[in-house]
Amino acid sequence: MSLFVDIEKKLGSFYLKAEMTAEDETLALLGASGCGKSMTLKCIAGIEKPDRGRIVVDGVTLFDSERGIHLSPQEHRAGLIFQNYALFPNMTVLENIRAGARREKDPAIREKSISGIIDSFGLAGLTGHYPSMLSGGQQQRVALARILVSQPRILLLDEPFSALDSHLRFRMEEELRQVIRQFGRTVILVSHNRKEIFRLSDRIAIMNNGRIEAIGARSIVFDDPKTRTGAILTGCKNISRIRKKDDFSIEALDWGIELTVTKKVTDESFAGIRTHEIKSAGCENKFRCRVVKEVENPFSCTVLLCPEGKEPPELIGWEMDKSTWNRIRSDYIEISLPPGSIMLLKG
Amino acid sequence: MDWFPLLNSLRIAGISTLIIFFAGLAAAYYIAKTPPAIKGLLDVVLTLPLVLPPTVIGYLLLRILGPNRFFGAWFLDVFGTRLTMTWWSAVFATTIVIFPLMYRTARGAFEAFDETLAYSGQSMGLSNTYIFWRIRMPGCKQGILAGTVLAFARALGEYGATSMVAGYIPGTTATVSTTVYQLWRTNDDALAFRWVLVNLAISFTVLLAVNMIEKNGGNTRGRITNSKRSA
Repeated sequence: MSLFVDIEKKLGSFYLKAEMTAEDETLALLGASGCGKSMTLKCIAGIEKPDRGRIVVDGVTLFDSERGIHLSPQEHRAGLIFQNYALFPNMTVLENIRAGARREKDPAIREKSISGIIDSFGLAGLTGHYPSMLSGGQQQRVALARILVSQPRILLLDEPFSALDSHLRFRMEEELRQVIRQFGRTVILVSHNRKEIFRLSDRIAIMNNGRIEAIGARSIVFDDPKTRTGAILTGCKNISRIRKKDDFSIEALDWGIELTVTKKVTDESFAGIRTHEIKSAGCENKFRCRVVKEVENPFSCTVLLCPEGKEPPELIGWEMDKSTWNRIRSDYIEISLPPGSIMLLKG
Repeated sequence: MDWFPLLNSLRIAGISTLIIFFAGLAAAYYIAKTPPAIKGLLDVVLTLPLVLPPTVIGYLLLRILGPNRFFGAWFLDVFGTRLTMTWWSAVFATTIVIFPLMYRTARGAFEAFDETLAYSGQSMGLSNTYIFWRIRMPGCKQGILAGTVLAFARALGEYGATSMVAGYIPGTTATVSTTVYQLWRTNDDALAFRWVLVNLAISFTVLLAVNMIEKNGGNTRGRITNSKRSA
């Protein structure tokens, strides 16, 4: 096992309780701001001290409250990258990378790894530049080079793209993917951007209010988020309170309709369906709806719908191609909520 | 014109500035890490000399250092020297008076410092000493430099506590400020006025220097712009 974390920390009224394990893979922490993602990273890096628990990386116990072990951040050897990249502003690119390489005591090896990392990140032309002279993408490259040359046990990335313009993000994401592949060890990625997380990670942990609500392979977490928070964080916009009718049918209280589902209903109190999973034709869960509002997106349309004859508290959103909407556009339309697309969620 | 008072003032101010430079930095650095309750108390204690009348500081110092007082008597007994009425006695007075100036400016500079820089340094294995001198200090250079210069200027002008602890002995403990008082008291108005001009010139120069330090920011080449950080 590469990473074992089981920690608790109280901060005022906020209570963090994180448990997770990870192999040599990318584990993403997905959560809203203030949910404890960054605090968890800081604990793994040794910057924050948990109140209780244990942190083990690559078989080395970094923190164990019962045995009184609390190694310094330096001994944690975590490659922590902050969202602002935290390059030393008074040092050039080369000096920043040199600072990262100070752990290596043999000067020959040190110089070799410095020049190696400068080459592999394409920084040769920038070595004399100060961080303030670099673009966001270049800063990220320097931050990655600097942390990798310090030979970390684990890589911790805190919102790595949030400081970048959107057109740069996609390119840097590709670069980061390569870095992660070459690193080949545990990477913990923290973000609130579900798309980035889906593309970069192997497994996803959903964090809410200081707790990990769900953890699993990325496709499973996106297909069946299991909790309301999980559904919201993975981008589900249609969520309704439900009342169970029988094992395979529910009443969606916020939409004023009854639905059949393929999964057996147990103690779930919410149901959700993604806006693009709604169909215009189908045989089950068919409803005639009034179009309350049309929203034009750059490449699609979202219509907000109200089931005919009802006055529900929430509208149902349906997102489709512009061409589809132009074809079926009308004041009243028929929709189908495929039973297999309805996600049953715990509160 | 006998320049001794100026030289004496300069050496007293120089020594006490050197002391408070390190003491103020250490206090600002370590107090920031203490729990809030202790921090609040220590902060009040260390800032007290800033608001107390210098004569009160002089009085308290005499109560400790005076040849008839506990510590002063012990020192005289062991080392055969009294702690008051020598030129370096003034160093005790000025050090205490100017300490809060350094402590508070250093604390302000440290509070404005981006801690993620220190955290990054730690996680890549840099020692805390390296981080302090090579990353934190350059980042806080401007504020600390301005605080040091301001403290030095204040030390040069210190009168109240100095006159009580070191007195006025021409050629021995006389400083610029005690000389001005003495000359005015003895009706040597012309000479007093010349020392006043010297004092004004020094203060003017120092404040000009502080302004320039604050405006230039010392180091513009290496600062990450705020807009880039928050983008």
